[in-house]
Amino acid sequence: MTTPDAPELTTPDDPGGPGGPDQDRSDRSPWNWLLILPIILPLAPFLFNFDEPRIFGFPRFYWLQFLFIAVGVTCTTIVYQMTKRRR
Amino acid sequence: MSEHLTEIVVFSALFLLVSGMGFVAARWRRPDNLATLDEWGLGGRSFGPWITWFLVGGDLYTAYTFVAVPALLWGAGAMGFFAVPYTIVVYPIVFLVLLRLWSVSHVHGFVTPADFVRARFGSPTLALLIAITGIVATMPYIALQLVGIEAVLKSMGVTGHLPIIIAFAILAAYTYQSGLRAPALIAFVKDTLIYIVILVAIFAIPAQLEGGWSGIFDAAQAKFDATPAQGDGILLNAGNQLQYITLALGSALALFLYPHSITGVLASRNRDVIKRNMSALPAYSLLLGLIALLGYMAIAAGIKPIGTDNNTIVPQLFDKMFPDWFTGVAYAAIGIGALVPAAIMSIAAANLFTRNVYKEYLKPDASDADEARVSKITSLLVKVGAVLCILFLDTGFSIDLQLIGGVIILQTLPSVALGLYTRWFHRIGLIAGWAGGMAAGMLLLYNIGNPVTGKLHFAGSAFPLEKLGLDTKMTVYAGVLALAVNLAVAAAGTLIARGAKASEGDDATRPDHYLADEGDPRVKDLDLTH
Repeated sequence: MTTPDAPELTTPDDPGGPGGPDQDRSDRSPWNWLLILPIILPLAPFLFNFDEPRIFGFPRFYWLQFLFIAVGVTCTTIVYQMTKRRR
Repeated sequence: MSEHLTEIVVFSALFLLVSGMGFVAARWRRPDNLATLDEWGLGGRSFGPWITWFLVGGDLYTAYTFVAVPALLWGAGAMGFFAVPYTIVVYPIVFLVLLRLWSVSHVHGFVTPADFVRARFGSPTLALLIAITGIVATMPYIALQLVGIEAVLKSMGVTGHLPIIIAFAILAAYTYQSGLRAPALIAFVKDTLIYIVILVAIFAIPAQLEGGWSGIFDAAQAKFDATPAQGDGILLNAGNQLQYITLALGSALALFLYPHSITGVLASRNRDVIKRNMSALPAYSLLLGLIALLGYMAIAAGIKPIGTDNNTIVPQLFDKMFPDWFTGVAYAAIGIGALVPAAIMSIAAANLFTRNVYKEYLKPDASDADEARVSKITSLLVKVGAVLCILFLDTGFSIDLQLIGGVIILQTLPSVALGLYTRWFHRIGLIAGWAGGMAAGMLLLYNIGNPVTGKLHFAGSAFPLEKLGLDTKMTVYAGVLALAVNLAVAAAGTLIARGAKASEGDDATRPDHYLADEGDPRVKDLDLTH
C-alpha cells in the first residue's frame, strides 16, 4: 500500500490542470436536499399500503412504489445536472 | 431430458458465446501492463458512464435476486416487494458518500474499503477486521449465484453437480485472465438478455392469464387468504410494516459496503460518471420490481416448484409460458446473470486479501506485479471455495450465511461510511463497536425462528420485538438493531479511549482529498517525482 507512509501532499495543487483543482471546491449545494424526498417516500407505508385505487389492475401498493422509482430518478437527475462540474 | 433439448441448445450456445467474450475481454481497452491491481482488479479505473451502468447494474442485481425475489413474493406476498423501496432509497443515500469515497481512493490509490480505513484511522487491525468482514460476507453471496444457475439447470432436467463445476471453471479461467474487464464486457450481454426477457414476460404472460394484471393480483390474494400463515398477503399488515421499511433501509445501507459494489464504483473514470449512474441505475429497480411480480404471475398460472425448491418458480413459469427457444434465452439470461456478479465478487474478495492481509502482514514489500499475481490466484481459490460450499453444504446453509452476510457487512458502516465524513470516532472505539455489532447481530439472528417451517435458528432476518420484552407483534430487521448497538459501543469506546489518552493513529487523508476529481494529482504520482 502506498498511502500510510507516503509523504504528505506538500506541493501546492496544480492550478493549471484540466478543470484545475481549486481550494474552495465543495460538495455542498442546496440542491442536495432534493435527495431526501426519494429516501422518505418509499419508507412511508401509510402512503402506499392500500389496495385501492387500482390502476391497470395494479393495487396502489404496487403502482405507487413503481412511481417512487420515477421520483428517485427525477430527484437524482436534477441534483446531478445542477451540481456537475462545469467544463 | 429430450423435451428440454431446444432450451439446452440455446442456453449452451449463449453461455459459450459469453465465455468467449470473457477471454477476449483481456484485449478490450488493453493497457500496456495488465499486471497491476489497478488494471486487473479495477479495469484501469477508466470506465465511463455506460460501462459503469452495465457493470454496477450487473453486479448489484444478481441472478440470485432475479430468482429469489419472485420466490419470496410467491411464498410471502408483499413483504418480498421490499426489494423495490430498497433499491430506490439506496441511490439518494449513497449519492454524496460514494463521491467522497471515489475521490479519496483516486488520490491515494485505494483498491478496497479496508485500504481507506487503514489510511484514515492509521489502524492495520481495524483494516484487517473490515477486510475479513468483507470476505466473509462475500463468500456465501458467490455461492448463492450458483444456486441461481442450479435452479435453471434443474428446470432443464439437468441434474448432478458436473455442469456447475464446468461453468465455474470457465468463469474462473477468464476472470483469472481478464480481471474486471471480463464481467464488464459480459454485463452488456447479460443485461440486454434480461431486459428483453422481462419486457416479453410482462406483456406476454398476463395476456395468457385470465383477468390480466387484475386477475394476477386477485389470484395471489386468494392464495394467501387460504394459507394459515399470518404475515402473508398482497399488502403489508400491522406486524410486518416496520420490518418492511427497516429491511429496505438496512439493505440499502449495506449494499454499497459490500466490497464488490465498491469495486464497481472505484472502476469508474470520474465523479460525474458516478453521479450520472446514481440517477440511471434505478432503471434496474424498475426491472427488479417487474421481475418480483413474476412471483404473482406464477401463482395465477398455477406453477408449482420442483420439490421444495421455491427458487425454481421463475424458471418453471418461463417453461410453461414461453416457447422452448425463448425459454432457453430466458434461462441463459439467468445463468449469465450469475456469472457477472460472481466474477466481480471474487475479484473484490481477492483484492481484500491481497491488499489488507498479504501486503499488510505477509509481504510488505510486494510489487504491483506481486499484488496482481496474488489477487489472480486468490480469485481462483475463492471460486473453488464457493463451489465446495454448494457441493458439501446444504443450499439452505448458504442462504443462512448470506443472511448473516448482510447483517455483518452493515457493521463496517461506522468505519467506512461515517469515516468518510468524520474522524471523530477513535480507532479503538470502532473496533469495539464492530465487535459489539457482530455479537449482537449473531445473537439476534440465532434467536429468529420460523414456526411454520419449524426452524429454530437463523430462519430469517425479522426479529420479533416482543422478544425484547415489548408488547407488540411488530418485527424489525436484525441488521438495523445490530448497527444501533455498534454505534452506541463505538461512541462509548471513543469517549473512553480518549479519556485514557490512547493514541489516535495517523490520518493520511486531507479534507481536499475527498473532493478530488479526474486529473487532480495523486499521492502516487507525487511520490514518483520526489
